[in-house]
Amino acid sequence: MSNPYEGAKLHDCRDAFTSVLEALGSDNTDIVAVCNDSVGSSKLAGFRDKFPERLINVGIAEQNMVGVGAGLANGGKIPFVCAASPFLTGRALEQIKADVAYSEANVKLVGISSGMAYGELGPTHHSIEDFAWIRALPNVPVIAPADRVETAAVIKWAAAYRGGCFLRLSRVGVPDVLPEDHVFELGKANYLREGGDLTIIANGVLTHRSMIAADLLGASGIDARVLNMASVRPIDEAAVVRAANETGAILTCEEHTTFGGLGSAVAEVVVDQAPVPMTRLGVPGIFAHTASANDLLNDFGMSPAAIADSAQALLERKG
Amino acid sequence: MTPEDLSRLANKIRRRDLQAVFEAGAGHIGGEMSVIDILTALYFRIMNVEPANPAAPHRDRLVLSKGHTALALYIVLSEKGFIPAEEISTFLQHKSRLNGHPNRVKVPGVETNTGPLGHGLPIGVGMAKAAKLNGENWRTFVITGDGEMQEGSNWEAIMAAAQFNLDNLTLIIDHNRLQQGARLAETNNLAPLAPKLEAFGWAVEEIDGHDMDEICSALSPGTITAGKPKCIVAHTNKGQGISFMSDNVAWHHKVPNEEQYKQAMAELEGALE
Ligand SMILES: Cc1ncc(C[n+]2csc(CCOP(=O)(O)OP(=O)(O)O)c2C)c(N)n1
Ligand SMILES: [Mg+2]
Repeated sequence: MSNPYEGAKLHDCRDAFTSVLEALGSDNTDIVAVCNDSVGSSKLAGFRDKFPERLINVGIAEQNMVGVGAGLANGGKIPFVCAASPFLTGRALEQIKADVAYSEANVKLVGISSGMAYGELGPTHHSIEDFAWIRALPNVPVIAPADRVETAAVIKWAAAYRGGCFLRLSRVGVPDVLPEDHVFELGKANYLREGGDLTIIANGVLTHRSMIAADLLGASGIDARVLNMASVRPIDEAAVVRAANETGAILTCEEHTTFGGLGSAVAEVVVDQAPVPMTRLGVPGIFAHTASANDLLNDFGMSPAAIADSAQALLERKG
Repeated sequence: MTPEDLSRLANKIRRRDLQAVFEAGAGHIGGEMSVIDILTALYFRIMNVEPANPAAPHRDRLVLSKGHTALALYIVLSEKGFIPAEEISTFLQHKSRLNGHPNRVKVPGVETNTGPLGHGLPIGVGMAKAAKLNGENWRTFVITGDGEMQEGSNWEAIMAAAQFNLDNLTLIIDHNRLQQGARLAETNNLAPLAPKLEAFGWAVEEIDGHDMDEICSALSPGTITAGKPKCIVAHTNKGQGISFMSDNVAWHHKVPNEEQYKQAMAELEGALE
């Protein structure tokens, strides 16, 4: 039994985000950052120091922030609108719907410290509804990178993509999961581990936990496939259907409520195209108790060992 | 309680807050130090509340809209008898009911769950309106941060309160001139606040938010203007009482190290002599 990430360095993906943003900002003067008194928490100090006039801090005013982003896009700029994910998505949801999605504005919405990264600060600061909220809107791809490498790749992709998108980043340290030369493709899952007994589909901070769980399962003779599904919308339907047909059972893991997130998106494809037994791990539709970010994932049954246990239980339903 | 007694109590609350932030390794110490004098005056001189009956229908209401300073509220509530004093040591611990933002479902004495800025004042308008509809004379107090006043929702509520003639509503703005990452003046400067509130039809009083006499007098019912909501612009210092934190933007949510903790505690203790 081995943990593939034993001793691996853990990275705060915000660093990958800002270093790529600063590099892109030097090449393309249309790139601007918009924030809500969040220069520190969005790690924008470097961008501000390099391009002071291109850092637009509107103060603590998220609705204004997203509207300003849409206006900047209209004027030819490429705004990266950065804020703690709960306030970006919750507070400014109608601006995201009308000003970005419906108006097809080229606004990059960057949800920082998403999921339960704010741990003990509690449910007001958790962003475990954002997949569901934004996934319900047309025209805004929803993407949750798993590590430093994928975060950098996603930011490069977003700058080049013509259109709005929602990038869901964390601040919780994660090991590298994807290869250094990884290129992000919208709507494409990454096959991190081949296996035929069942498939685990995860994204964000759950991807590496799922890989450890797959190793634990391997030690008990169970071959789990692991798909990294950063793109929640559009979702890789072909990969989901293949997983259903080839492995016969699907377990999803996400740092999100089980109402409307990645598990739901996968289930929609499964019910329509290839019904097989599924288990959806996530926050079970409640407001979390007080705990650190990692403890909350463990408490909600998403430690690697608990993910492996859920996989075993799912296999019994496979028939 | 006399203003002197209130100041001594506020000092005790500051020391407990400092200790809890140090032990928990988190908290929003700057904004806690700036709001503690106001909270102490409200709970120990002004507000009519019953710790044994936290939902008493005619109680006065307080909404701490700057919910990130929950720890200060928890300590005031424990001093008042709403929750056990020993419970403060569980702040942010696994499964404690004292998380980083106040929760009315778990903590007696908390009226509404805050944390996202710009929510408290609209709720306060609703509370004050309910008292008017009921023909009752309990009062509603809302405390906001000054950076928080950048949220548009506050200004919608400010208009509504004036339109509804809510003279039973008092907004206290903790005007410490600093927000999370910078001074308001460098971000989105709302100063001077008083003329803006006056232009929206409010009665406004400016005070030194660390002077107990001024706080108590501004909060007393005798200073209410009939038919107008009242705003107290409380000029405060973020990190008040601790020299190296005071008016220093670095201390929004920084945690003191051992040496800083000792110095801060010594300064607060020294202020008692
Ligand atoms: C809607 C929303 N946006 C952003 C934040 C993050 N945040 C927490 S405290 C804070 C600064 C608050 O400044 P101020 O209101 O002046 O409070 P104080 O100085 O009293 O701490 C910010 C931006 C939040 N809690 N809610
Ligand atoms: Mg302030």
